[in-house]
Amino acid sequence: MYQYDDYDASLVSERVEEFRDQVARRISGELTKEEFLPLRLQNGLYMQKHAYMLRVAVPYGVLSADQLRMLAHIARTYDRGYGHFTTRQNIQFNWIKLEDTPTILAELATVQMHAIQTSGNCVRNITTEQFAGVANDEVIDPRPLAELLRQWSTLNPEFAFLPRKFKIALSSSAQDRAAVRMHDVGIFLHQNAAGEKVLRVFAGGGLGRTPILSAQIREELPWQHMLSYVEAVLRVYNRYGRRDNKYKARIKILVKALGADVFAKEVEEEWAHLKDGPSTLTEVEYQRVAYFFEESRYNRGAGDEAIFQMQLAANTRFAQWVKRNTRAHKVVGYVSVTLSTKPGAAIPPGDVTAKQMEYVAEWSERFGLGEIRVAHEQNLILPDIAQADLYTLWQLACEAGLGTPNLGLLTDMIVCPGGDYCSLANARSLPIAQAIAERFEDLDFLFDLGDLSLNISGCINACGHHHMGNVGILGVDKDGEEWYQVTLGGAQGNHSALGKVIGPAFRAQEMPDVIERVVTTYCDLRVQDEAFVDTVARVGLAPFKVGIYGQPKAAA
Amino acid sequence: MANIIKIINGMPQVIDDNWIVISEVDAATQSPGTHHILPFSYWQKRDVYEVTIKPRALWISPDHDFEASVTQLHELDLIAVDFPSFRDGRGYSIAYLLRSRYGWKGELRAIGDVLRDQLNYMRRCGFDAFAIRSDKNIHDALKSFSRYSVQYQGAVDQPLPLFRRR
Repeated sequence: MYQYDDYDASLVSERVEEFRDQVARRISGELTKEEFLPLRLQNGLYMQKHAYMLRVAVPYGVLSADQLRMLAHIARTYDRGYGHFTTRQNIQFNWIKLEDTPTILAELATVQMHAIQTSGNCVRNITTEQFAGVANDEVIDPRPLAELLRQWSTLNPEFAFLPRKFKIALSSSAQDRAAVRMHDVGIFLHQNAAGEKVLRVFAGGGLGRTPILSAQIREELPWQHMLSYVEAVLRVYNRYGRRDNKYKARIKILVKALGADVFAKEVEEEWAHLKDGPSTLTEVEYQRVAYFFEESRYNRGAGDEAIFQMQLAANTRFAQWVKRNTRAHKVVGYVSVTLSTKPGAAIPPGDVTAKQMEYVAEWSERFGLGEIRVAHEQNLILPDIAQADLYTLWQLACEAGLGTPNLGLLTDMIVCPGGDYCSLANARSLPIAQAIAERFEDLDFLFDLGDLSLNISGCINACGHHHMGNVGILGVDKDGEEWYQVTLGGAQGNHSALGKVIGPAFRAQEMPDVIERVVTTYCDLRVQDEAFVDTVARVGLAPFKVGIYGQPKAAA
Repeated sequence: MANIIKIINGMPQVIDDNWIVISEVDAATQSPGTHHILPFSYWQKRDVYEVTIKPRALWISPDHDFEASVTQLHELDLIAVDFPSFRDGRGYSIAYLLRSRYGWKGELRAIGDVLRDQLNYMRRCGFDAFAIRSDKNIHDALKSFSRYSVQYQGAVDQPLPLFRRR
């Protein structure tokens, strides 16, 4: 993974000292609450319901074993012994004291970590997919470009006070696993017919109150122009994005208002001034950064295939885990393993204890190359595991509560912290997730259901990506009461889609029954092994509405 | 007399300042003095007001459409950019454009809700003068210029990104 040089290290320490000073000025009263707000947000510090929450950047979701151990240390020393992995591939700590944050940031800096721009109206953590660099369907490794974007966006003086938050995702695989088109800017890195690295650029995606999938604004941009092109997009947005209404301030509203063609034309005009300027990336810099991501230590080998087959045959759960939670690797004999953070009702999705983090760090070194990934689905990934080590790893993972074979199944829910923690939330999400997880405890039933994503958000900001879930649940507030709206048909990936609302909202206690009715209706309607999302696409919402609400009453 | 921070020979310093910013409201009734920074909108309508004294300084609000008049701006001694709120970042892009695209070489002053934690960003985008909000300590604000020794990306102060200087 990328290693800081003196420049990177200095910048992060200078940031720590700046924030230390800002916190001191807030405590002394020199900075008002209002003045401190954007400063602390740009350092990932939120004021939540009960305490401060600190969101630590995990650039493009890549962690080293030592970094994960540091996160465990912070969870144990400054929080309540756990952290929460989020859909931004970041980690959040929920119980932080303001006066501790400079020290926490200084400790993070010792392992090349920071919390810069994990919140606020600036360019946020750059994301890509959790299998970047190891996926067998990858065209080019997106991580070097993601790192170059990270550096470019870090403390970028022109774009620290944008109309709203700004999220960029990068993907370079045949299958989009980074939800690219729900980002403000989405980039698909690929190779054109001439074998050159080129970028297909999308803009204006996002969830929230007005969910929109982004529109393509550029085909075949040579990779050397990535920074100047993104700069052009941001300058147009910074100048012309709406600032009068926070719900209309995202770039998606500007792109929609202008039309993607007009927006693209504005960007091209701006970019014409920047093209071939000093921001044009050089081969030397690309190679310098790419060097850190090259990996040639794959030498453990596949091991004895016969033994592996015996292990599979002898233990059904292991076989199910291998089937669901491992993924083909670009190197033969290796796989990527997803450790589910969703073992069942007792644990909120994405929550990982300090002890578990230390285990995962240890396994990454013992069985892998000392690297861990964070998925936007809130799971942890060991990207490089030799097939021969899978059985041992699985046993250890099960003992640590990280071996649930439910990847992609109904209980592998994406869930925001909701009203239990978040001060923006209109409703709680965690008790809903818990009640549903209790209802669907039977793993074999879930295997039979197959791929089905269930995403829950506690408010319209959609941190739980409910629009993108095959089944989406959105908490809404009606006259001070918590209600839940259900959407069906959302999907991420190459055929991204936004779910549609099926009808009136439900009370919290109804939700397990509602989801059960969704599932029963699906089971009644599906043809052979048809996936849930395909059934919805084929039959539409009407039969589901009947299954969920009952037959519409005949007119009197 | 008010103070501002001005960058002189690369060094931010607190200096006396005798310019006065004339608001949009006052501009209609006040004839331009020699040290008035007039609103851009006033200047656009100067025929209407039968201006006899040529303005030496103007301030631009992020809502002003200044780009069509950019060649005439070069006659001025000073351009100020207003920050209606410190959270409104349009002024950074305006400064970048004035310096990089339109070749403004004179004083470029940040006015309005100018706070110390934004100064380094403003300087990097091309401002060389800063009218710190009057309820803040201007001498304390000076400290913000020396926080960082590293900048990743190119900007007005250093157009070469770090990767071309590593």
